[in-house]
Amino acid sequence: METLELLKTLTEAAGPSGFEGNVAAIIRELWMPYVDEIRTDALGNLIAVQHGNGPEPRPALMAAAHSDEIALIVKGSEDGFLQIGSLGGMDRRVLLGLAVTVHAEEPLLGVIGSRPPHVLTPAEREETLPWHKVFVDVGLPAEEVARRVRVGDTITFDRPLIELQNGCVAGKACDNRASVAALTLALAALRQREHSWDFYAVATVQEEVGCKGAVTSAYGIAPQIAIALDVTFAKQHDDSDPGAFDLNKGPTVGIGPNFHPQVVEKLKAAGDAGEIPYQIEPLPGSSGTDAWAIQVAREGIPCGLISIPARYMHQPVELLSLRDVERAGRLLCEYVAALQPTDLPRWEDEA
Amino acid sequence: MTTPLLETLFTLSNIHGASGDEIRVRQALRPMLEGHVESLRVDALGNLIALKRGTGALPLRVLVAAHMDEVSLMVVGHTSEGCLRVENCGGIDTRLLPGLEVRVGPNLLPGVIGQKAVHRLSNGAMKAPDLDRIAVDIGASNKDEAIRLAPVGTRITFATQARELGQLVAGKAFDDRAGCTLLVHLLQGPPLPYDLYGVFTVQEEVGLRGARVAGFSIEPDMAMALEGTIADDLPKPPGTDISPTSEISKGAVITVMDRSHVSAPRLVRHLTQVAEARGIPYQFKQPGIGGTDAGALHIARGGVPSAAVAVPCRYIHGPIALLHPNDLTHTHTLVRAALEQLTPDILDPNAD
Repeated sequence: METLELLKTLTEAAGPSGFEGNVAAIIRELWMPYVDEIRTDALGNLIAVQHGNGPEPRPALMAAAHSDEIALIVKGSEDGFLQIGSLGGMDRRVLLGLAVTVHAEEPLLGVIGSRPPHVLTPAEREETLPWHKVFVDVGLPAEEVARRVRVGDTITFDRPLIELQNGCVAGKACDNRASVAALTLALAALRQREHSWDFYAVATVQEEVGCKGAVTSAYGIAPQIAIALDVTFAKQHDDSDPGAFDLNKGPTVGIGPNFHPQVVEKLKAAGDAGEIPYQIEPLPGSSGTDAWAIQVAREGIPCGLISIPARYMHQPVELLSLRDVERAGRLLCEYVAALQPTDLPRWEDEA
Repeated sequence: MTTPLLETLFTLSNIHGASGDEIRVRQALRPMLEGHVESLRVDALGNLIALKRGTGALPLRVLVAAHMDEVSLMVVGHTSEGCLRVENCGGIDTRLLPGLEVRVGPNLLPGVIGQKAVHRLSNGAMKAPDLDRIAVDIGASNKDEAIRLAPVGTRITFATQARELGQLVAGKAFDDRAGCTLLVHLLQGPPLPYDLYGVFTVQEEVGLRGARVAGFSIEPDMAMALEGTIADDLPKPPGTDISPTSEISKGAVITVMDRSHVSAPRLVRHLTQVAEARGIPYQFKQPGIGGTDAGALHIARGGVPSAAVAVPCRYIHGPIALLHPNDLTHTHTLVRAALEQLTPDILDPNAD
């Protein structure tokens, strides 16, 4: 499947944090041809493995890409208009005027309404609406809404992935389906390659509400190394400060306390050997990714991080370069293929 | 749920027509009108003027207007990252822009509007964006490519495709493709007792420019503007008691007075009498809000008795408006019935 089609399939699926069933089923279908085993754990993490050809007991590498997306949740209704709240870190500055899907028993199309400019005071036009003033209109009478929509139903953006110039795409949930796409590409490529380690691909759940899926999947797999795949901030018209990276110049490799130096070095070496461009992303504290949770699972797991630069994070127009998605997948593939059976991360001062 | 009215509405809603750049709307309208009208012409400003001959029973000339243009953006500059700086062309609430998908220029290049990630805002920076912090991203690699693909002056419109939403229909530019829809079907119907000039006007959103010159050139005995107007039957801000401008599914909206125009009282009475007699649901628009082409038409030359009739639409001037198909039908029925029963004495200011 070409990358555009893959990413379109993944981003257009719904998977709010804690409600990843729909997208997980799609990912399962995508991964099945490339894996030896696949299972779902108690929290909903999708865990697939490609066995390596090294001697047993084989070390395991876990690559985690979260499959959940930021979303909204129904809190109540007033005269048929739905009152909503955030599920994950939703940016309420972008909500007005958007089409959404209300995941009731039968999905409903809705629009996040606002009073037209003709009837607003100048002060009202300046106001980012607080949650209690934001509502969803599903175009149904109040009694129909009461019958069909329940408190706790989730809401996702209704936004197809679109192609822009230069292989850029924009849409919802590119955070983090772009990484799920990269992981899928790595699985497909590694199926054709020799690798000595067991390679676990995990589509984790509930990252946006605190990396919950990473905690349990890392416990369950107990890998010797873990690589998280996520998105990071790309430079954009209103933000080119440090911490934002070039679009379409390759994924970033995280460096900082969250990451084992030897994992970082081998990721860089894989990029250099494969002639894959990458950027170094300094992360002095929490990386804000699954890697932060995985690192402290069990007795501690050496981690690395590959991130795809994306503009307009947590907005329904998350924009990124398809080539960066492919490069992230290739970087992971080259890294895994290069791992030798004895390549357990060590500290310089370790005996 | 599809009717001839809705089919026309969906077709017209999906077309991109910024103020002063209405050519695509005209092109879509022509085949809908050819065969139903005696002549079609385009005037100096771009108004599309259809003449539908009457039976000749009454010596009147009536102008019915609906505007083709929609609120839009215009490229006014480019950023070093290759994004487009914009100004609005017509009244747009800037708060609606972030998160949208848009179409850029004559080739309808896809673009998006995003803003600084919420994670990277300094504390307390949740304020609504100023237009000078808004930019449209088409994926251009740099400033030069952006200038080449979307030079200054390029038009940008919302990308929304019309579709059903619950019991309503959703789409962009219902203001005023709803009015255009009514006018198309009026012109496609049987002839009236007098000559009807159907004018699809330009540049309403930037100041009723097209209506002004059409009112002059046609010199009508009566004029009517057909609109998609504000329905703000929405949850009220706490502690306020605001009467809605109009309401969805309450029928045709008749204007008594808005910011542009006081409707001819005899025409308003005629409209309500026809509605009552035929059992057509109608409502009055709350006075003093908004304006229509009637604002220009009623002061053309020596003055023209004028009225404005509209379909109630939620969220106009935004990327997705909603209307109830029944309101579209009721407004169509009322306008046709009122025009069929129009007599010269209704237009005579000395008749009272």
